[in-house]
Amino acid sequence: MTGPLKQHLIDPEICIRCYTCEMTCPIEAITHDDNNVVVDESKCNFCLDCIPVCPTGSIDEWRVVDKPYSLDEQFGWDELPEQGEVTQLEIVDSDTTEGGDPIVALLAEAHSGAGGKAKAPASASKPSLNLYNLGHPVEAVVQGNYRLTSEESESDVRHIILDFQGTPFPVLEGQSVGIIAPGTDQEGKLHLPRLYSVSSPRDGERPGYHNVSLTVKRDNPGICSNYLCDLQKGDKVQVTGPFGATFLLPSDPNARLLMVCTGTGSAPMRSFTMARQRTVGEKSGGMVMFFGARTPDSLPYFGPLKKVPETLLQQHLVFSRMPNNEKEYVQDRMKVEEDLIAEMLQDDNTHIYVCGLKTMEDGVEHAFTDIAESFGQQWRTLRDSMREDGRYHVETY
Amino acid sequence: MQDLLSVNYDTKIPNNVGLSEDRKVLKALEKWHPGYINWWNKLIPQNFQESMVYLRTAVSVDPKGWAKFDYVKMPDYRWGVLLAPQVENRIIPFGEHAGKPAWQEVPGEYRNMLKRLIVIQGDTEPGSVEQQRFLGLTAPSLYDMRNLFQVNVEEGRHLWAMVYLLQKYFGKDGREEADDLLRRSSGSEDAPRMLGAFNEETPDWLSFFMFTYFTDRDGKMQLESLAQSGFDPMSRTCRFMLTEEAHHMFVGETGVGRVIQATCEAMNKAGITDPYDIGRVRDLGVIDLPTIQKKLNLHYSLSLDLFGQEVSTNAANAFNAGVKGRYMEQRIDDDHKLQNDTYKVRNVVDGKIVEEEVPALTAINMRLRDDYIRDASGGIGRWNKAIEKAGVNFKLVLPHEAFHRQIGVFSSIKADMDGNVISDAEWTVSEGKWLPTREDGAYIESLMVPCYEPGKYARWIAPPKVGIDNKPGDFEYVKLHMA
Repeated sequence: MTGPLKQHLIDPEICIRCYTCEMTCPIEAITHDDNNVVVDESKCNFCLDCIPVCPTGSIDEWRVVDKPYSLDEQFGWDELPEQGEVTQLEIVDSDTTEGGDPIVALLAEAHSGAGGKAKAPASASKPSLNLYNLGHPVEAVVQGNYRLTSEESESDVRHIILDFQGTPFPVLEGQSVGIIAPGTDQEGKLHLPRLYSVSSPRDGERPGYHNVSLTVKRDNPGICSNYLCDLQKGDKVQVTGPFGATFLLPSDPNARLLMVCTGTGSAPMRSFTMARQRTVGEKSGGMVMFFGARTPDSLPYFGPLKKVPETLLQQHLVFSRMPNNEKEYVQDRMKVEEDLIAEMLQDDNTHIYVCGLKTMEDGVEHAFTDIAESFGQQWRTLRDSMREDGRYHVETY
Repeated sequence: MQDLLSVNYDTKIPNNVGLSEDRKVLKALEKWHPGYINWWNKLIPQNFQESMVYLRTAVSVDPKGWAKFDYVKMPDYRWGVLLAPQVENRIIPFGEHAGKPAWQEVPGEYRNMLKRLIVIQGDTEPGSVEQQRFLGLTAPSLYDMRNLFQVNVEEGRHLWAMVYLLQKYFGKDGREEADDLLRRSSGSEDAPRMLGAFNEETPDWLSFFMFTYFTDRDGKMQLESLAQSGFDPMSRTCRFMLTEEAHHMFVGETGVGRVIQATCEAMNKAGITDPYDIGRVRDLGVIDLPTIQKKLNLHYSLSLDLFGQEVSTNAANAFNAGVKGRYMEQRIDDDHKLQNDTYKVRNVVDGKIVEEEVPALTAINMRLRDDYIRDASGGIGRWNKAIEKAGVNFKLVLPHEAFHRQIGVFSSIKADMDGNVISDAEWTVSEGKWLPTREDGAYIESLMVPCYEPGKYARWIAPPKVGIDNKPGDFEYVKLHMA
């Protein structure tokens, strides 16, 4: 049983037959006749080299099919067929709850804190979605597994680097991957994938390497997190995805980012920061982060964060369990920095990202409500319009 | 060892040719650079120079990350020198040296021939930007304005590419030729561009779309045959330029297609079934199909002239020398030497068009033109499909190759659209049926009013089916600087 698969197709109504894709494809999976330019499903390995060179966008078409369209079928098309019914709907092109797919449901739940249907930033790159599923996972090899929190800290958070060994796995900052723990549950069923947000930028943990890092906290009990945290270099992991089409980084260099996170909610923020750093270089990144943890030694990436210049990322690291100090949560610090946040909320270039435990939502909402009031705005209205605009994003779990 | 796949942005000129170690060429290019920037700054109206345009910049020759999209002011665009990766042990693919290792330096005996080919190619690149300089003022949408500027900056980069070859491989001569590329100017009395089609104005957006469809397609064919060259640096340069050229084809094909779509939709809405009811169609504020045919006739015939003489010893010599090949040479199944082959060409004998077999070597231009006609006819078919789908009874056609020609064997005769030889008197009577008249031009010009609101389009052109870089319909492709 292989299940449905995702097939790469070209829209014949939009394609101008320049054959640039065909000349670019490194494995000759693209061919043409007098009528159409088509992709051979049996050869295409999702490397996506053909996507950026296409002048029309007609190359970026995908259908989930039980049986792939043959070359002859594609040669005969005047237009692209609609997405048909498939035995198991696995399209995660948006965060709707329809379809009964467990991953769609997980993402919809994670994004529900935004108060309505989430939208991607207008200038975000188009994400690749669901290239690998339960029926066709991709195998990754663990390149490294590093503890991010100190040995004394009771919180065991890991930085895990996965390499896809040349198999294309195009993932954007803010997207998630599914990890399948081996074995079966008590009822003898295979484990379902667990979602983890990537913490590396799109071109890889090292630029050009296209490897992916995850930030994983060991939970008790937690089959998948324990499985991941125990991985050794060289171990093999089954991965699905990428997933998530809205919690994405705007490409507009003028966009400002206000990031609020706790714990492993820092994963997407790390990917945003690194992506920005690689694209803007020494210029100001326009990013502000409020990052909460119990103590410095339990704050993931505490060390590396110290090396990120303030011009790129203004950091507010907030600790709730410091001896001899009052408890301070992210929302407390946000209120302290009210002027800054108020100014950002009134700037149409500002994008807000909230990521972490579900329990942080209320406090953050309160802080935003107070700050919005300070300049005579109702937070709910502002939030809804920002969200409609693709500028307000919540991912909590 | 420098990573040759990624672009070196550290020096002034982005490149993947190791410029920073090549002091001599770097110096020459840096000396040329102010003149280039000056040329660009004087060219396009100032408020567009100050605007933020959502442009694609080539940043690498690796297909995975070859280009990035971002807002940029055009004068800040990173024009660079990018060559497709070197193919190891590449051999000369055709001509008398076929099978020998490709040249990494200019062979002395072909120096002038190569230089001339590069100069002619290089001259067309800035020429088209000059022709199109004022179109931004009448852009039918921000989307179209962005596409215009994308084409413009890439033509600018293609000029850079040719200038690099001249300065790197042709010494003082090359530097002088590079300077002359900025001295000549489209339509100039004293120093016009070298090829006729690049001295014609581009007065309106339909002309621009026709130009990118027909004339840039000639450029594509020329680049493709130069990409076959045994002179490896030229081959690599042209191969990379072709990736960008595809966008220009796209602007032309979809541009004309969207004009046709707007016309058909407006006709249907108004219940006009006769496409020749020109007055009523024009009352709708769209361009009637017969006028679109006339524009097509003009640009197609001007573009055919760019292929030069049908039978040409220059072209034969360039092929034989291994300097300029045929379109898709690597896919042609023959000996790639053409010593004993023949090719059918049309000729004019005693005022009649006849077909003759000539030595294939001398018919290289003709063959390229035939390939061009085949390539160009594809889009006509797709436009006709759209007209048919809209239920309008009209078919666009490519006129006969003898129609309205200024260069080559057909320049001595007059022919109608079907290739029937006609008298000068007959031509004078019918010219206005086949080519745009002053009135046609005035009507189109009257439609050329700017539409600068994001997501909005002038009435005579339909919105695109897909946004650039997958952007949504109301994306602000150009953040206009309003001074």
